[in-house]
Amino acid sequence: MSLRTILAQYMARKTGATRGKDGNMHMGDLSKNLIAFVSMLGDNVPVAAGIGLSMKMRGQDRVALCFFGDGATSRGDWHEGINMASVWKVPVVFICNNNQYAYSTPLERQMAVENVADRAEAYGLPGEIVDGNDILAVWDCATRAIERARAGHGPTLIECKTFRMTGHSAHDDAGYVPPELFAFWEERDPINRFERFLTERGLITQPGIDDLQRRINHEIDEAIQIAEKDPFPEPEDCMKDVYYEGPNS
Amino acid sequence: MALTTYVEAIRQGIWEEMEKDERVFVLGEDVGIYGGAFKVTAGMLERFGEWRIVDTPISESGIVGAAIGAALMGMRPVAEMQFADFISCAFDQITNFAAKCRYRWGAGVPIVVRGPSGGGVHGGPFHSQNPEMYYVHTPGLKVVCPSTAYDAKGLIKAAIRDPDPVIYFEHKFLYRRVKEELPSDDFVVPIGKAAIRRAGTDITVVTYGAMVYIALEAAKELEKEGIDLEVIDLRSLLPFDKEAVLDSVRKTNKVILLHEDTRIGGFAGELAAVISEEAFEYLDGPIRRITAPDTPVPYSPPLEEFFLPKVSDVVRVARELYAY
Repeated sequence: MSLRTILAQYMARKTGATRGKDGNMHMGDLSKNLIAFVSMLGDNVPVAAGIGLSMKMRGQDRVALCFFGDGATSRGDWHEGINMASVWKVPVVFICNNNQYAYSTPLERQMAVENVADRAEAYGLPGEIVDGNDILAVWDCATRAIERARAGHGPTLIECKTFRMTGHSAHDDAGYVPPELFAFWEERDPINRFERFLTERGLITQPGIDDLQRRINHEIDEAIQIAEKDPFPEPEDCMKDVYYEGPNS
Repeated sequence: MALTTYVEAIRQGIWEEMEKDERVFVLGEDVGIYGGAFKVTAGMLERFGEWRIVDTPISESGIVGAAIGAALMGMRPVAEMQFADFISCAFDQITNFAAKCRYRWGAGVPIVVRGPSGGGVHGGPFHSQNPEMYYVHTPGLKVVCPSTAYDAKGLIKAAIRDPDPVIYFEHKFLYRRVKEELPSDDFVVPIGKAAIRRAGTDITVVTYGAMVYIALEAAKELEKEGIDLEVIDLRSLLPFDKEAVLDSVRKTNKVILLHEDTRIGGFAGELAAVISEEAFEYLDGPIRRITAPDTPVPYSPPLEEFFLPKVSDVVRVARELYAY
């Protein structure tokens, strides 16, 4: 999905992924195999189980990746979906970004077990814990789980331990988070860490990083400018696409 | 030619669609080896195998969620709720996920969620409900309630072929009580089209589901005293056949709205509003509702008997309206 599409989505423009029908990260594109999730966290877990089921039924060499946060693992749907996926041994990898806060609620008020991955045992699937701020560790862990799914051994639950460095959303200053936690996790910033990893091995130089940063910033600025000029939807578009309106809608 | 029961008609409809289209599959509780609590899927496991007749854990929300996921991947899932009462557990997946995908991001969710609804079988509060209105109130869904074997088969086929999510309420009281000869060819009943079950001139009764038979019985009784009912079977509630209702009201000028669902927020309220907005000038009497009272569906026979709208209710209200 292009930056412009994503930004236009946030800006409620007609050019956004949902053409102004929905906001923020609630976007999907079937042509890119991206399934839009809904605000009811955890609803995408049984949906992913069904996606895996259809892959298995048709003998396709495909794997579904399903993402959610620590808070979503408290929803009944999460448990129903993980259980079904495990019973059916479908090719799905469930990935929890455990950033330790669900809005203002810290992990210990969310669950009585220590790790999200501990929940996997109850459903008979492997639960793996990985340093979520270590890009290569996450890559390795995900690769193993994807290979496992492809081999027909069923789903894996991966818990990426990380931290939410902002509030829940723009209005939330996260005043309830002890400041020392931010300091602790700031040092473990995954991007900085990966930069260090690459520079230490001579795979990139500081000027190279600076140049990359400049190019990325430019790309973002440009996308913002385009999206800001993009039109809002027509008011009457409100009435469109509640139901199927033909092949070209 | 053999008569086909309502329940067998649903089974035939699903079976035929599965034979014709390999994207169609069934998932639900006890649908496999057991053939479903009411035997709607009897014999299907043997014919289609365990990956097209999928037994699930007791997870209604999960069942509908999985159906949505498979539908997004191009499948045509038919999800069974063992009793329509249990659909409440899947309310979120149906109303927030399935109903809104196309509107939000253009992704159709061609699922069917079907289950046995309705009372008259002493099922009690959790095996007798008529939960249609929760879904009628959700844009993006379609809701159908067949009353005959022909419609049961034609509507399940239409529902499976429909590009949008369809909630299919089958009335369990009718499962084996209603039967008819069905054509052997492939037919569908279009969603959104009502049927005139009895043409009449004096009073229109708009109804659906098992109450169609209550209306027809009442019509037979009232015929003796010269009151001629027209009985409209809506068949689909969302969308509903507004023109069929208005045409009939414009002809008879009096209308009774009859349903087994409870009163407040029932479909009769919506019908009354539409009739009053669009056919007010044609009315020669008050719009009358006959519905279940606003209580849960009780278990004990005398209580349930009290709860369900009866032939005598229709006869009484029709007489009053006729004399108005």
